[in-house]
Amino acid sequence: MATTETPNRSWWHRNQQTLTPLLFLAPGLLMFAVYVVWPIFSSFRLSLYDYDGLGRKVWLGLANYRELFADRAFKTSLKNNVIWLVLYMLAVPAGLAIAIFLNQTVRGIRIYKSLFFFPFVISQVVVGLMFAWFYAPNFGLLYKLIEMVTGKGIAVLADPHLATYGIIAAGLWPQIAYCMILDLTGLNNVAPDQIEAARLDGAKGLKMLWYVILPQLRPATFIAVVVTVIGALRSFDLVSIMTNGGPFGSTRVLSYYMYEQALSEYGYRMGYGAAIAVVLFGIMMIFISGFIWKMVRDERGAR
Amino acid sequence: MFPRPIEKSSPAVRTLYKVALPVALLLWLFPLLGVALTSLRPASDLAMGNYFGIPSSIAFSNYADVFNNSPIGQYILNSFKVTIPTVIGTLVLSCMTGFALGIYRFRGNIIVFFLFVAGNFVPFQILMVPVRDLTYNLGLYNTTGGLALFHIAFQTGFCTLFMRNFIAALPRELIEAARVEGVAEWRIFWYIVLPLMRPAIAALSVLVFTFIWNDFFWATVLTTSASTQPVTAGLSSLNGQWIAAWHLVSAGSIVAALPPVLMFFLMQKHFIAGLTLGAVK
Repeated sequence: MATTETPNRSWWHRNQQTLTPLLFLAPGLLMFAVYVVWPIFSSFRLSLYDYDGLGRKVWLGLANYRELFADRAFKTSLKNNVIWLVLYMLAVPAGLAIAIFLNQTVRGIRIYKSLFFFPFVISQVVVGLMFAWFYAPNFGLLYKLIEMVTGKGIAVLADPHLATYGIIAAGLWPQIAYCMILDLTGLNNVAPDQIEAARLDGAKGLKMLWYVILPQLRPATFIAVVVTVIGALRSFDLVSIMTNGGPFGSTRVLSYYMYEQALSEYGYRMGYGAAIAVVLFGIMMIFISGFIWKMVRDERGAR
Repeated sequence: MFPRPIEKSSPAVRTLYKVALPVALLLWLFPLLGVALTSLRPASDLAMGNYFGIPSSIAFSNYADVFNNSPIGQYILNSFKVTIPTVIGTLVLSCMTGFALGIYRFRGNIIVFFLFVAGNFVPFQILMVPVRDLTYNLGLYNTTGGLALFHIAFQTGFCTLFMRNFIAALPRELIEAARVEGVAEWRIFWYIVLPLMRPAIAALSVLVFTFIWNDFFWATVLTTSASTQPVTAGLSSLNGQWIAAWHLVSAGSIVAALPPVLMFFLMQKHFIAGLTLGAVK
């Protein structure tokens, strides 16, 4: 026993600095590879097939993608994704505005800060239901308000020209809260001596904000932009809860349209769904590679 | 401090600020307040068109109705059955990956790290069909376990980013000193690094709890029946059944939102520390 154990031990001893990280990484990396990395490649492959989820896969080549080009629902979804991206960006300045408003030390301000942050903690399903209630025709509060002002209420979610904007407004609510909390943390860490120095130089208000505060808020702003872009492209829950893509498919976005094609009663077209997902992935990749590139650069700088 | 502290302003401005605060909050939380009030309104009020007036009585019975006449109790139980194993599994895995990536310098360290980071940003839809097939083939389709397993894998990406940065910021001398003493590597993890990670573990457990509790997409893709669906997916199907029964929809929404809200108020400091990671240099 002793003779076999000693060389074993010393071998382990000599190599433990190399082996420990491998052993510690293995379970997490394996799970991640199986559930996240491999499915990405698998979806790419699937997008070249006709597949209903049960039967045989039939090779189609690029036919799914060619079909996308002519698909009007796909174009609507793509257009809506762009609208989402652009309007969602409002969360970044709006969050900053609320953060500046709340960055005081009056009594009870902490409770105000947490209550303003509240919408982010609630599930998007619940947020969607709340706004659906707010917009509801005939009795919804917004409907009533518009009726009071113009004499005729507007059922936002039933109007194909307005519904997407109504959903985006609902999405902005928690997103602004998220950006606000990032900026509040950032504002807390702005160097006080720089502000005092700038004040002595006569800087105040917007000038102070632009030249002194914003440059110091850059890390917070970067994260706010990243999470907002991802949030905009991930918009699925609200569309599903508030309109199911309607009226007349006017509120579809790529994530929702993909789900509709691949898993809903409209048919199990998983290959076609995968092709939509690949396009969405491509759009996301443009942003991701930018973010990652910046993060890698910061990482190198830190070492 | 920016903006200029309000105490240094004139009394008029100070009073204005103190009035503006609650007014702004009220406007901000309007949809929430509306739903909370509707959840306490008797159905008869809604039938008579009394949506915003004074309720004729406070109807806690709406909540009783939701629990008695819908599977919401089961949905909530399912949510716990998905969320708690996910929190535990993710933390175990990411403490380990974070340790490996934060302490050791080996070839490919940065690549593995950014693989985890990039995985976070991926749109769910590109994973949907293969993950669904995989779960099906494992015999875990339409089970809370199958859903939790996917969540563990996906959240490990986010948590590794967090843990690795946290561990990399620990003083290296601690580890070096232990090595000089001849302490085995796994003991360094268990006795030195892990106890120092308590704040990170607290922050991530609240964050992951909230993320998973609120997940809707994967719940719809991987579970289908009332006996397995978490409360988000359950609420969505109840909403389909309770058309225009807003007093019930509201009460159900409040019930579904409560656990993460409680979690947030109890662990606020950790929650915000986790969310704002990286927001300051």
